[in-house]
Amino acid sequence: MPELIAETRKLKYGEAVNAALARLLEEVPESLLYGEDVGKPGGVFGVTRGLRRKFGERVFDTPISEAAILGSAVGAALMGARPIVEIMWADFSLVALDQLVNQAANARYVSRGAAPAPIVVRTQQGNAPGACAQHSQSLEALFLHVPGLRLAMPRTAQDAHDVLVAAVHADDPVIVVENRSLYFGDKAEVELGGAPRPMGWSHLRRPGRDVTVVSWGAVTGQALAAAESLAARGVEAEVLELTWLNPVDLDAVLASVARTRRLAVVHEANVTGGFGAEIVARVAEAGLGLDAAPVRVGAPDVRIPAAPGLAAAVLPGAGTIAARIAGMTAA
Amino acid sequence: MDDTERRLADLHAMWRIRALEEKIRELRIGGEEIVGSVHLCIGQEAGPVGACTELGPDDALFATYRGHGWALARGVPAEGIIAECAGRATGVNGGRGGSAYFTAPEHGFHGENSIVGAGLPIAVGAALAGRFDGGGRLAMTVCGDGALNQGASHEALNMAAAFKLPVVFVCENNYWSELTPIDEMVGEPELWRRAAGYGMAGARVDGNDPAAVRAAVREAAERARSGGGPTLLELMTQRLVGHYIGDVEQYRRPGELDRAREEEPIARLTGALEAAGVAAGRIEDARARARAEIEEAAAAALAAPLADPETAKDHVYA
Ligand SMILES: Cc1ncc(C[n+]2csc(CCOP(=O)(O)OP(=O)(O)O)c2C)c(N)n1
Repeated sequence: MPELIAETRKLKYGEAVNAALARLLEEVPESLLYGEDVGKPGGVFGVTRGLRRKFGERVFDTPISEAAILGSAVGAALMGARPIVEIMWADFSLVALDQLVNQAANARYVSRGAAPAPIVVRTQQGNAPGACAQHSQSLEALFLHVPGLRLAMPRTAQDAHDVLVAAVHADDPVIVVENRSLYFGDKAEVELGGAPRPMGWSHLRRPGRDVTVVSWGAVTGQALAAAESLAARGVEAEVLELTWLNPVDLDAVLASVARTRRLAVVHEANVTGGFGAEIVARVAEAGLGLDAAPVRVGAPDVRIPAAPGLAAAVLPGAGTIAARIAGMTAA
Repeated sequence: MDDTERRLADLHAMWRIRALEEKIRELRIGGEEIVGSVHLCIGQEAGPVGACTELGPDDALFATYRGHGWALARGVPAEGIIAECAGRATGVNGGRGGSAYFTAPEHGFHGENSIVGAGLPIAVGAALAGRFDGGGRLAMTVCGDGALNQGASHEALNMAAAFKLPVVFVCENNYWSELTPIDEMVGEPELWRRAAGYGMAGARVDGNDPAAVRAAVREAAERARSGGGPTLLELMTQRLVGHYIGDVEQYRRPGELDRAREEEPIARLTGALEAAGVAAGRIEDARARARAEIEEAAAAALAAPLADPETAKDHVYA
């Protein structure tokens, strides 16, 4: 492995992904990077721009064949390659779930560790104004129901970089769910080149004594805005951002809830069977006494409509989140 | 209809699509009325115009996200399409579908689809149902060249052939799948040749000539309706615009768009009518009527109220 040189640069989220990919192609000679429009065009969001020129044929375009993309990644990984593949929208992974659920997730287990399939799947999800119902879903809970798959949902440029580095250096199949509403945001200082971190970290984004708000992905920004507005009303919400959902930093959740004795979970995915339910269940199982019934904030169980006005009516925004939290601290 | 009348009707039908697409582009770029990803079919108008005249009211058409033109040619009113794209309560799906995923079954238009390749198996099912309900329905499904590389497409083609179902698979080969050329993504760029492997009829068609498309679809439809099974038609055409509005099209090859503009269906048919001595006024009338209709439809669509957020949760379940 070439020596790691830490360096800090101002990058947008998408640029941080690009920097991580460049570094990984450099330091992991077995890595391959491919997917639809990933190679020559540099990705539909420009995230893989320049990598084909720099790394040649290890970066390439594929047919519009998700089953072949994911299945070939599994096969290549079984032979020792480190494929990093892109599924352009999380919704499109559904046409090839067999390769994730029946193949990638099983490989290590059935072979008793002899033949794992450490693939990294980069994808993105979430709603952007005007996106149709087949381009708006938040599918993390669906993947998280499958033992054997790791999953992270980075929200900041730093995490976008660090998650990918950790994922490629990990020996499990990892799904990295980015969010397209984040690609072109503001630049932030990103430390590049640090040593790969073990998976599973979280961030305490805002301390507070009254309620623990656990969130992940882009909607964490709305949760933080809600916490700000609540502070003006005298409610101090602690916001814990889970960068990884598997492995999940349950210790951080329990430690925070033990302090605040109230729990709200916020995600963009719909509520039924969501990962928020899992967090609530684990807190309940831990036997922590709560001063208020826990709250789950997410999209109601509805398809996501295209018209921005309709979508806004069903997606959790800062106002809804603040109102739900205010409700549980009112007593 | 004599040949000149037919050709003028085709020109008018293609102008309706062109005018609709240009209007939608104007609204998408010019303001807030239409947001999000919009995929236009400018340059590809001959396919829907040639094909849809061969469909009966009970036939089922399935399109992709590049489906405005197919919807219009199938008889979906322009006002409902524009209103849908603009999130109006009067849109064909009340704003739920948007530009890329609307449906209008009352017009035999059973939906756009934003999942590449998803329409093919659904069309197979529509034809299959016809076996049991006695409807004698023909199913037509439209996809891009890239879509034929989906697993679902292969499965659908095989199943339709195995069961000799009345399906016409229309592939609009515009050479590009988003930003990637088809010839680098397949071993055999003549996609129609795949038909033989499935045991069905197939043909490559001049997709910029509505008459050629009509003739090919008529033959395929007759075969399908008489029990001869499905057909795969590869319509060779080009999109004169980006994959979506805002696409900077850096991937285009030198000279490609200039050639495409010479071969595009409206200019070609206009030239042919002029050469045949058809009066300039009649040719201009085909364009003017189409533009007037679309302007009026757009004004009506935009005068309608936005979809009511109170209704956003309706219709998830029966
Ligand atoms: C299953 C799936 N994979 C990927 C995409 C992203 N995508 C949308 S359009 C498109 C290109 C399709 O090309 P083609 O089938 O040739 O149709 P065209 O757009 O040229 O009409 C891709 C890859 C998708 N919508 N669905």
